[in-house]
Amino acid sequence: MASFIIRRLIASVFVLLAATFLMYILVSLSGDPLGDLRASNSPNKDELMAARTKLLNLDVPPPLRYFLWLGALFRGDFGFSVQNQPVNILLGNAITSTLTLVTTAVVVAIFLGLIVGIVSALRQYSGFDYSVTLLAFLFFSLPIFWVAVLLKQYGAIRVNDWLGDPTISIPVIIGVSLVAGVLWMSVIGGNWKRRWIVFGVSAVATAAVLTYFSVTEWFADPSIGIVVYSALALGIAFGITAISTGLRNRKAVYASLIVAVLGIALYFPMLNYILNGMTLWFFLLLAVLAVVVSGAVGWFMGAPDRGPVMRTTAIVGFLCAAFIALEKYMSYWQAYANSSRVRGRPIATVGASTPGLGGNFWVQGIDLYTHLLLPTIAILLVSFASYARYSRASLLEVMNQDYIRTARAKGLTQRTVIVRHAFRNALIPITTIIAFDVGAIIGGAVVTETVFGWSGMGRLFIDGLRMVDPNPVMAFFVVTGTLAVLFNLIADLVYAGLDPRIKVG
Amino acid sequence: MNTTTTQEPDAAESAAVAEISIEQKETEGLSQGQIVRRRFFRHRGALIAMIVLVFIVVLAFTSVGVDLWGLRIHGWWPYSWDQILPKVNNGVPTMSLVPPQFGQHPFGQDEVGRDIFAVVMRGAQQSLMVMVIAGVVATIIGVVIGAIAGYYRKATDSVLMRFTDIIITIPLIVIGAVLGRTFGSLGASVLGIVIGIFAWTTMARLVRGEFLTLREREFVDAARVSGARDRRIIFRHILPNAVGVIVVNATLLMAGAILLESALSYLGFGVQAPDTSLGKIVSDNQAAFSTRPWLFWWPGIFIIAIALCVNFIGDGLRDAFDPRQKKMPSERAMRRAARAGGPVVPILDAVDPKGPQTVTVAMESVYTGDVVNYHDQRPEEPGDVQNDPLNPER
Repeated sequence: MASFIIRRLIASVFVLLAATFLMYILVSLSGDPLGDLRASNSPNKDELMAARTKLLNLDVPPPLRYFLWLGALFRGDFGFSVQNQPVNILLGNAITSTLTLVTTAVVVAIFLGLIVGIVSALRQYSGFDYSVTLLAFLFFSLPIFWVAVLLKQYGAIRVNDWLGDPTISIPVIIGVSLVAGVLWMSVIGGNWKRRWIVFGVSAVATAAVLTYFSVTEWFADPSIGIVVYSALALGIAFGITAISTGLRNRKAVYASLIVAVLGIALYFPMLNYILNGMTLWFFLLLAVLAVVVSGAVGWFMGAPDRGPVMRTTAIVGFLCAAFIALEKYMSYWQAYANSSRVRGRPIATVGASTPGLGGNFWVQGIDLYTHLLLPTIAILLVSFASYARYSRASLLEVMNQDYIRTARAKGLTQRTVIVRHAFRNALIPITTIIAFDVGAIIGGAVVTETVFGWSGMGRLFIDGLRMVDPNPVMAFFVVTGTLAVLFNLIADLVYAGLDPRIKVG
Repeated sequence: MNTTTTQEPDAAESAAVAEISIEQKETEGLSQGQIVRRRFFRHRGALIAMIVLVFIVVLAFTSVGVDLWGLRIHGWWPYSWDQILPKVNNGVPTMSLVPPQFGQHPFGQDEVGRDIFAVVMRGAQQSLMVMVIAGVVATIIGVVIGAIAGYYRKATDSVLMRFTDIIITIPLIVIGAVLGRTFGSLGASVLGIVIGIFAWTTMARLVRGEFLTLREREFVDAARVSGARDRRIIFRHILPNAVGVIVVNATLLMAGAILLESALSYLGFGVQAPDTSLGKIVSDNQAAFSTRPWLFWWPGIFIIAIALCVNFIGDGLRDAFDPRQKKMPSERAMRRAARAGGPVVPILDAVDPKGPQTVTVAMESVYTGDVVNYHDQRPEEPGDVQNDPLNPER
């Protein structure tokens, strides 16, 4: 294994060197960095040209210049832009904002894609499956920039208008309820009687919730409240246990209920005392603490078979903590939306943060999320579609295997067969696809960043290319290329690690 | 859950038998090409997509005419895409459903007065050209590189695959932008070639994988023993068996190419003014979304329609070439088949084994009449032509 990794690493380094060389030559052939000075008629034109030539080593032919650039790169120096700014500083800011954007999009896309893909595989050839397939094809075919402009119009401008007066009209309530009913009906399935019951219940429930939101103008000042929170926490405890270990496992049920009750008990102390005066590190520490404590509860409760119970309680604990955090965020929503900088138009279309907003950790968080919302949707549509399709295909393939039939034949429940036997094996190919995809998404964020005015790496690249500025373009490529190579390597290793049939070495 | 098939064992059994016989009946006595064609045309989505795509292509190329390398043929549409016309009704689209009418400018006009229908048709032409050229170039390069790497293995394979790794490291949109900046002004066909030169990596990897497995098969050994040269084995014996993977990937590649072209043109690194493409129309007019939304809707709809059609055709082709993931016949069809002939006996090899025939087992083994099919389960018979592949008389 070690020799395989080392060999792959060495090969990757050479691949990266060759790719940067190719890219460097292409970039230097794509235009003349002195073009704008040649065309200008400023009196000190010749001096400026000489200065820039010296700065960018333009007197050296491109193949040799590459080695000068590479030598500087090994010393950690990306060189200067044509405006005489060090690229390292430009890159530092750009990487943070691009990684925020891409990480969010990737996480959400994986989460949604897996869920939708699995459900559509389990309900193969149902209405839900056909709609997902059709939507996936549509998402594959959407040009990102076009969607982005639509999102700006309907996702931001219209939604902001609506948030000024957040009531939902009756036809919309009826329409959304019917759609929700049909969705749940086709997801849950069963015979016609059961389908109609599911349809009726979910449609009425959706209508009731929407009406409540509309009447109380919930979206103007959203909050969860202790009653709904308790119901949510208990529901999460039961739901997660039902999926991960099954409700037959009494120990798991009790352990997750204890975690849920802990969450409910901590609701008021958290909101009123502990969560005030928050910093990012303390926030992360609390998140880890929530997972560790609830895992420990599972460890103490699930005596003979601790692993599954611990997993279950850790997930329940994380979700309960996440909802408390969400409640805290919500409590600052009204203040954020009506602040002088935002002026009642919270969903942002441009940039990564509201300039000069200030505010505490929670307000800054809301600001980040409202800015992330639209670009994330634009990026994740395509990845979501491909993950949903791949996980569907992969799960269907696994479900036709002999070992699934064996598992069924020995009398395991449908849940155990799907979660323990099918889902885990279906994840193997998806993991590698996701790892391959991450590199591509970072490259693909170029368009999204341009449309939404994020000053990320894509922006660095596009601006550098427009202004014939080779060093920022190469810096962008070094980062994306390294990430792509790295994730390819990770994909191979993960595949080898997950699937013992694959032997490396 | 599925109450109808599990009620009684008899019904389930006859349904299963019916399913096998449906499967066998439809492939009986057909060549591989015919089977694929049939399956493709039965895929409703793919068929509709094909019709729509042909319609779009014909519409785009006949309406405003062709303007290629100085060759200029006028179409039936009265306006040209670069003609500035007096504005009718302030440029609002004259097309409407109620009352049904096209009017003078069905898609409206932009702020200068150009007819948007003509502009969008010209843009669709350019985008389609980029798509097809990029697809063809990438397919050819990918197939050749993948085939050589997979067939010769060893050092050749390592060198070619490391080269593929180098190209795959560079995101397509990045290389497209760098090269589009240089070559975009030379027109859509040059842009298509440039995209194609860098878009072949997935194709090469897939073809290589296919060749690595196919080259170990008996029919390749047989061809080699009978003295065929490498080139003949690659192109006449192995390549036709890899055609499914190639065709499916080529369509997906084309769908990617049209989106890439529009993204590049949107960023300003694709097709350059005075020419136009669908992405460029969106880019030029996005600021006018609130005042003239039709400038934005029509090119977008055409991009989506073309990409969607190509994707659906690719899906239909995949189902046609690889029936493993195909849809089971519906319960109703199976019941109907079971009812029609009572309990249907599966047709297991009712064909004369000596006659020319094709055996398809999940696309894996294609018996085309001149090679031994090792998947063929029939007992060996002395005198059967299949049992002496090296007989020169055969």
